[in-house]
Amino acid sequence: MEKPLTQHIVPGRAPLSLKEYEKVGGYQSVRKILKKMTPQEVQALVKESDLKGRGGAGFNTGLKWSFVPMGPDTATPKYLVANADEMEPGTFKDRVLLEGNPHQLIEGMIVAAYAIQASISYVFLRWAYKVAAREITKAIQEAYDAGYLGQNILGSGFNLDMHLHTGVGRYMCGEETALLNALEGKRANPRAKPPFPQVSGLFGKPTIVNNVETLCCLPHIVNNGAEWFKGLGLTADAGTKLFGVSGRVKTPGCWELPMGTTIREILEDYAGGMQDGYLFRGLLPGGASTDFLVEEHLDLPMDYSSIQAAGSRMGTGTMIIMDDQTCPVGFTLNLQHFFAQESCGFCTPCREGLPWVEKILLAIDKGEGKPEHLLTLDFHTKYLGPGNTFCALAPGAMEPLQSALKYFREDFERHIHEHHCPWSKAKAWQPSI
Amino acid sequence: MATIYIDNTPFEVPTGKNLLETCLTLGQDVPYFCWHPAMGSIGACRQCAVKVYKDENDTNGKLFMSCMEQVRDGMRISIADPEAKEFRAHVIGWLMTNHPHDCAVCDEGGACHLQDMTVMTGHNYRNYTFDKRTYINQYLGPFLNHEMNRCIQCYRCVRYYKDYAGGKDLDVFAAHNHLYFGRAEDGVLESEFSGNLAEVCPTGVFTDKTLKQHYTRKWDLTMAASVCHHCSLGCNITAGERYGTLRNITNRYNGEVNGYFLCDRGRFGYEHVNSVSRIRKSLVRSNLPEATDKLTALQAAAQAMRQGSVIGIGSPRASLESNFMLKTLVGEDNFHHGVSDTEHDLTELSLKILRESNAPTPSMREVEKADAVFILGEDLTNTAPMLALAVRQAVRQEPLLEQVSKANIPVWQDAAVRELVQTEKGPLFIAAPTITKLDALATQTYFSDPDAIARLGFAVANIIYPKSPGVRGLKNDDMHLAQQIADALMKAKNPVVISGTSSGSEAILKAAANIANALIAKEKEAGIVLTLPASNSMSLAMLGGHRLQSAFEAVENGYADTVIILENDLYRQASEGAVTNFLKSCKKVIVLDYLHNQTTEHADVLLAAGAFSEADGTLINNEGRAQRFYQVHPTIEDIQESWRWLGELGTIVAHDQISWWHGYDDILSAIVKEHPEMKGIEMVTPPSDFRIAGQKIPRAPHRFSGRTAMRANINVSEPKPAEDPDSPLSYTMEGYRGQPPSAMIPFFWAPGWNSNQSVNKYQQEVGGHLKGGDPGIRLIEPNPEHKFSYSAAVPEKFEPMDGHLFILPMHHIFGSEELSAQAAAIQERIPEPYIAINTDDALRMKLDEGQLMPFAIDGNLYQLPVKLSPTIASGTAGLPVGLPGVKFAELPAWAILNRELQWKQQHQTTY
Repeated sequence: MEKPLTQHIVPGRAPLSLKEYEKVGGYQSVRKILKKMTPQEVQALVKESDLKGRGGAGFNTGLKWSFVPMGPDTATPKYLVANADEMEPGTFKDRVLLEGNPHQLIEGMIVAAYAIQASISYVFLRWAYKVAAREITKAIQEAYDAGYLGQNILGSGFNLDMHLHTGVGRYMCGEETALLNALEGKRANPRAKPPFPQVSGLFGKPTIVNNVETLCCLPHIVNNGAEWFKGLGLTADAGTKLFGVSGRVKTPGCWELPMGTTIREILEDYAGGMQDGYLFRGLLPGGASTDFLVEEHLDLPMDYSSIQAAGSRMGTGTMIIMDDQTCPVGFTLNLQHFFAQESCGFCTPCREGLPWVEKILLAIDKGEGKPEHLLTLDFHTKYLGPGNTFCALAPGAMEPLQSALKYFREDFERHIHEHHCPWSKAKAWQPSI
Repeated sequence: MATIYIDNTPFEVPTGKNLLETCLTLGQDVPYFCWHPAMGSIGACRQCAVKVYKDENDTNGKLFMSCMEQVRDGMRISIADPEAKEFRAHVIGWLMTNHPHDCAVCDEGGACHLQDMTVMTGHNYRNYTFDKRTYINQYLGPFLNHEMNRCIQCYRCVRYYKDYAGGKDLDVFAAHNHLYFGRAEDGVLESEFSGNLAEVCPTGVFTDKTLKQHYTRKWDLTMAASVCHHCSLGCNITAGERYGTLRNITNRYNGEVNGYFLCDRGRFGYEHVNSVSRIRKSLVRSNLPEATDKLTALQAAAQAMRQGSVIGIGSPRASLESNFMLKTLVGEDNFHHGVSDTEHDLTELSLKILRESNAPTPSMREVEKADAVFILGEDLTNTAPMLALAVRQAVRQEPLLEQVSKANIPVWQDAAVRELVQTEKGPLFIAAPTITKLDALATQTYFSDPDAIARLGFAVANIIYPKSPGVRGLKNDDMHLAQQIADALMKAKNPVVISGTSSGSEAILKAAANIANALIAKEKEAGIVLTLPASNSMSLAMLGGHRLQSAFEAVENGYADTVIILENDLYRQASEGAVTNFLKSCKKVIVLDYLHNQTTEHADVLLAAGAFSEADGTLINNEGRAQRFYQVHPTIEDIQESWRWLGELGTIVAHDQISWWHGYDDILSAIVKEHPEMKGIEMVTPPSDFRIAGQKIPRAPHRFSGRTAMRANINVSEPKPAEDPDSPLSYTMEGYRGQPPSAMIPFFWAPGWNSNQSVNKYQQEVGGHLKGGDPGIRLIEPNPEHKFSYSAAVPEKFEPMDGHLFILPMHHIFGSEELSAQAAAIQERIPEPYIAINTDDALRMKLDEGQLMPFAIDGNLYQLPVKLSPTIASGTAGLPVGLPGVKFAELPAWAILNRELQWKQQHQTTY
């Protein structure tokens, strides 16, 4: 089984230095594109490879690039930003790539920057990833010293500067337009689209924001071709994917597997199945902002279309498992506390709706819930949908809630009718509101 | 044009607008908060959701925020869709989760956009049962009250304050549902336009603190259309009264003049009307002045007139009618302008420039659209504040025009537009004696003495159009700057040159005129804006009249011995000694005014004039726009308009014309007959016998309460309401309920729209002109046939003088204007007197910041604390004009320094 993204990552060992990385074929893609390919050809190749955005939205990367104005009359400078603000609860796949092989990211960023003819690039890194920050800083310096970054890269006439920017720990910064605002030193509020960042992004200039994992795929696509990449997937979706599992499983972790590997295989073969004494009740397939899936969905292949068809989203592909000894209300409350706190406060439904949802869940969890509370939760799941709110944060927050209300409604009702949490002994945490 | 279908009804609408403003223009009720017609859309509040359908077969549709959708031809939308309605009601529900529901004790109640929108959406019952979050409020200065608990986080305040008005000390802090809109710490809001927050805020977070001190609900106010009396721009205001007290000033939308906003001087200066120094009774002096009744006072005045040779002194803050009446009463030859001679000459010159220029004077709305601006000698923020706000918009929109259309972003999408434009600004050049608040926006600033500014201006005109005289001996740097300015102006389509009288320099005015006409000669659609010293300086100039000095001479020479002084404190117009000498030399002094001052102390007969809210009249602003202000409320019998006093006086002394005038309209006709140029003033408003369906226009809203009870402590019988002979307005709530002609709108109200946002319903299109046209008639238009003669009065280079400083006038928005300086809230903002001198000069004179500097101007001694200025030219100094504690000086003027100050001029080459 091919594992292009993680082949050089060995847990517990320092990442490859530039020299070591070059020895195993590193930066070949940069040499190739600069010598043999036009930016348009790189765009076409990536579009052809059907590489979908690994941050969760699953949009064709080449297609996303194609909206960047090209040619001599376009606004400059153009920017490329690596979204390394991995703040999605339960998600730690980018961290593996950032800490394990920073040169792979830099190489991918050079490919992407060349494809859109960006001359300035940023790595927008989650504040808490201190190790990654150290490794990236080192790797960027090495890349500059070796002439992969800076002016006239490898004598090609192509220029690219790269900077590391560490955020201050806001979930909102994972949203690309809020990330751009933060990068400009403004409040991390999202922006309205259109205009898309491709037209007016960082400092009002054409900008592409790509996820770390997406960017890491690029060198391999350039080196091995679109067909090879498409062939990696087991289903219609191309490539490999970093899947992760957290929760009460025997061996939680992160693995690079072909796109389309079934949930059951990931859960049982790689995560070792549930811990003894715990039964599976449900899972969030791709981070906190995806709908619950349950027992009946375990044989679904993990790819964008299959999971979507089941009413959820593959998101980041890192699952959170809920076991039978965890209260679904408390579980959902924990998520909603996070979302309410991370709301930027820009639009009304999100700013005012999420704290209301959280307070209701807390009341239900404490046994103070009322039947009409469920109606209030229902209208929030209905009206905090995409388009009604300014960005995707609140709709994302509603995904686990609406599916919890669907699959675990009787648990909510028991809390309300019995005036206490049936799992109350197991309860260790409650948010303070 | 495009066709859109709203709930299946087709409408023809203009393209390029967003759906919300389109619906509002069509008269549809779509609720909104964060959108503002002057500030565009950001899509934050989600209140204006409507259903949008793909095509006629789409029956489901999708919710869209109407403020964020561009109108497209064939678009199908539904406002009435049940889901859209339910969502909009939920948005109110969300906004209300933390709102204190304190309408009953909230100043905004009854004129609250949040209340209106809540009712509009039909959200009635609250089902949020948890605790509300609460905030600590801030002290924001004398103008505004802060009550953050009411906030619905629409972001309008910061968008207005920071983005629109350029303020720096108000922002949004924290995140999620803890957002805080305020200052970093308690303190006075620095912006000169902060008062607009009270109207921009859709609820009661920012409210008028001066209103709070004599609070009245909007529905209980008696209101009338008025015009601001605190500078020459003539911003339109609505003044409200109850129980004989003027309660507040709110913006009266005029699409050509002030739009949606006012400056703080204009909004809070009104309290002079309620001041303790008001003259409420006429006085006649025997030994001491004694309060007397109207007839006795009139007879005393008439007696004085009959027995003496009378001259009249008019006023730049009195109405056209009052000045004209005085001029008629005393005769043209005996009518003098009650302004300093410098001011008289500069205003006359300004009028001459406007009359003879080939360049028109743009309105403020047109200034907002200028694509290059050159300001000569004016500190606009302090002399004509709203013009500074207009320039701010001009500078902002210039780069926007080009880039934004290229990027295909609609201009109303504010956040996206700002993102694209970033900090880029249109060309703005400022040449001023010292720093101004607009400097931060300027492409280039040039700080120097007035002569240097004029020379730069002449050079610019000469570069643009060589027939305009050039300047000899200009330094290379200055020549280079002149070239840069000329290039920028020539590159623009609608360049505007702004200057005015505040620098006291004729040369600057002439240079500005040369530039504007040079641009016209080069076939640019250029404009020239000249600011004037006072609210009605233009009227005075158009009426014509002699200088003040000649009035003094007339009495001195024995030509006259009796003077009628109209609404004027001469001590602010000439030196103390000269005025005192003049007043003492007069046999009789008749004064008409409404505030006690140094001049009224000398009055033998003092007639109690009505302040602006107690009078009808016309002001002509700096663009030559005649505008009517209406009396707001009936006055006690002893107070009346100056023109009425003078008219009655004329009748008593059997004046051959005045005796025949029987009302306000007769005066207008007489003015027009005498001054054909002012023909337009009769068209400013309908005549006083105007009626709609036989009805008058009510000054009070139909919900006006307590009429039968207000005077019950005096007499339970309700008196007959006062009649207004001068206008078609009634003083009560009775009358025509619909929209009156635009110039006489007493207040903005529409069913379901109790707040000022109801102005939407009065506009042809939202944010555009008022229905029936914006109020005011422009009296001066350029004559393209006229051949402009370029001024060749290029001044010589300024040379400093040993032992002297050339004193320049410094103006302050708070303090320099006579009337507003009597308002309590404004008084808190008046700076301490000072003398601003060049830092290097101070060093040579061994003077430090704050140290007292003695000097003399024209024999008057001054001793003021030094304020160091790195920008003011060496050899010059700045003296604040009109501040309490600063004696009048006719500026600019040379000051002799106290000999102990070792003023040593540097070697010539440094200049």
